[in-house]
Amino acid sequence: MKVAIASGKGGTGKTTVAVNLALSLGGVHLLDCDVEEPNCNLFLGLELEKLEYVTCQVPEIDPEKCTLCGKCADFCRYNALAALPSRVLVFPALCHGCGGCGLVCTEGAVREKPGILGILESARSDSSLEFSRGVLNVGEAAATPLIRALQRHIDNSRPAIIDSPPGVACPVLAVIGAADYCVLVTESTPFGFHDFRLALEAVKALKVPFGVVLNRDGLGDSRVEEFCGAKGIPILLRIPDDRRIAQLYSEGIPFVEEMPEWKEKFAGMFSAIRAIMESGEGTE
Amino acid sequence: MKVCISSTGKDLESEVDPQFGRCGYFVIVDLDTGSVTSLKNPGPEASGGSGIRAAEAIVNSKADILLTGSVGPNSFSILSEVGVEVRVGVKGTVADALKQYEAGDLCIIDSPNSSAHNGMKNS
Repeated sequence: MKVAIASGKGGTGKTTVAVNLALSLGGVHLLDCDVEEPNCNLFLGLELEKLEYVTCQVPEIDPEKCTLCGKCADFCRYNALAALPSRVLVFPALCHGCGGCGLVCTEGAVREKPGILGILESARSDSSLEFSRGVLNVGEAAATPLIRALQRHIDNSRPAIIDSPPGVACPVLAVIGAADYCVLVTESTPFGFHDFRLALEAVKALKVPFGVVLNRDGLGDSRVEEFCGAKGIPILLRIPDDRRIAQLYSEGIPFVEEMPEWKEKFAGMFSAIRAIMESGEGTE
Repeated sequence: MKVCISSTGKDLESEVDPQFGRCGYFVIVDLDTGSVTSLKNPGPEASGGSGIRAAEAIVNSKADILLTGSVGPNSFSILSEVGVEVRVGVKGTVADALKQYEAGDLCIIDSPNSSAHNGMKNS
C-alpha cells in the first residue's frame, strides 16, 4: 500500500507527518519525493548512498546543419531554446526532455544528449529505516521525471509512506496519482484552507481516496473542520498547536521519539487508512 | 544606435519597469532618427524562461543598448552573446531613463545582477 502525504500549502506539516508516521510504524519504506527540498533526512540523519543519477534528454544544436530558422525555439513551451541571429542557445535547466525541438527541426540539426537532472539516494541497508529520496539539481525545472524515477525504487513488499512536494502542480500529481491513498495535511487558517481546497480538487480528479490530518489544531478557526464535516471527509488525526512539538521540530527531532504516546496515534491512523482501503470507501 | 527601455507602457511617458524579463513593454528609441517604437514583451506569457523570451525579442529588435533594472543569468547570456550593452538603474518614465543614460548615470553591467526567477516574486 502506497500512502502519499500531500498538502496544497507549503509548511503545513507534510514532512512532520511522513517522518513521524514512518517511525511510528516501523517496517515501512519512507520516500522523500519533495525533490526540490527533500527535508525528511534532516529529521532522520541517516547515512545515504547513491542509487543512480537521473538524466533527461536535452538538445544539442549542430551548427553545421542549423539554418537559424528558429522553429525549435518557437516550439519550446519551456523556453529552453533561444534562436539568435548567430546561433541557437540551449538552456538545459529549463528543458523538460519532450524531444519536440528535434521533431520540428527539418534540417536534422538537433541531437539529444543526456543531461543530469538530479540524484536518487537511499539509506544504507543496515539502517533502522528503509528510506529513499530524490534530490533535484539546483536550477533544474523538471522535478517530475526525477520523482517518477524514484517511484521505480518503491519497495512493494512493505507499505510505502511518500512525502510529496507542496502545491498542486505536475510533481505533486505524479506523487498522488501513483498512490493508493492520500493524506492531506492542512491547518485551519485562511491560507491553509484555501490551498487545502486546491489539493482536494487534485485528489478528486485523480480518484485517489483521501483523508485529512489537521496540524497545529487549535490555531486559527474551525473552517477546515466544518468543511470536512459537511463533505463527509474523514479527519484522520489532529496534531495540536503544541510548543513542545514545535521545539522538537526546530531541533530536528521527530516528535514521536520524545513523545512516544504519539506512536500509537500515528499507528492508529494507519490502521484507519487500511480499514478505509479494505472497505473501498474514502472517495467522494 | 537603438536604445531599448523596459517599461510598463508603450511610449516615452510610460513608467519604466525595472524587471527585465516580465516587464510589459519595451520602448525602443532610435537615437539617430528620434523614432520611438514599442514592442510587447513576450516574456510575461511564459510560465518559465520569460527572460529568455524577452532577451530574444530584444536581440531580434536589433537594439544596441538595453536600459533596465535587473537582468538574470539566462537573459544576460543571450544579451552578451550578441553584444547588447546592458545598463541598469532606470527610474521614473522612459524619457527620464533616456536622460539618465545621456547623463551617464546608468552603469554598464558585465554579469547578471539578479538571480533566475527573480521576476516571479513580484508578478
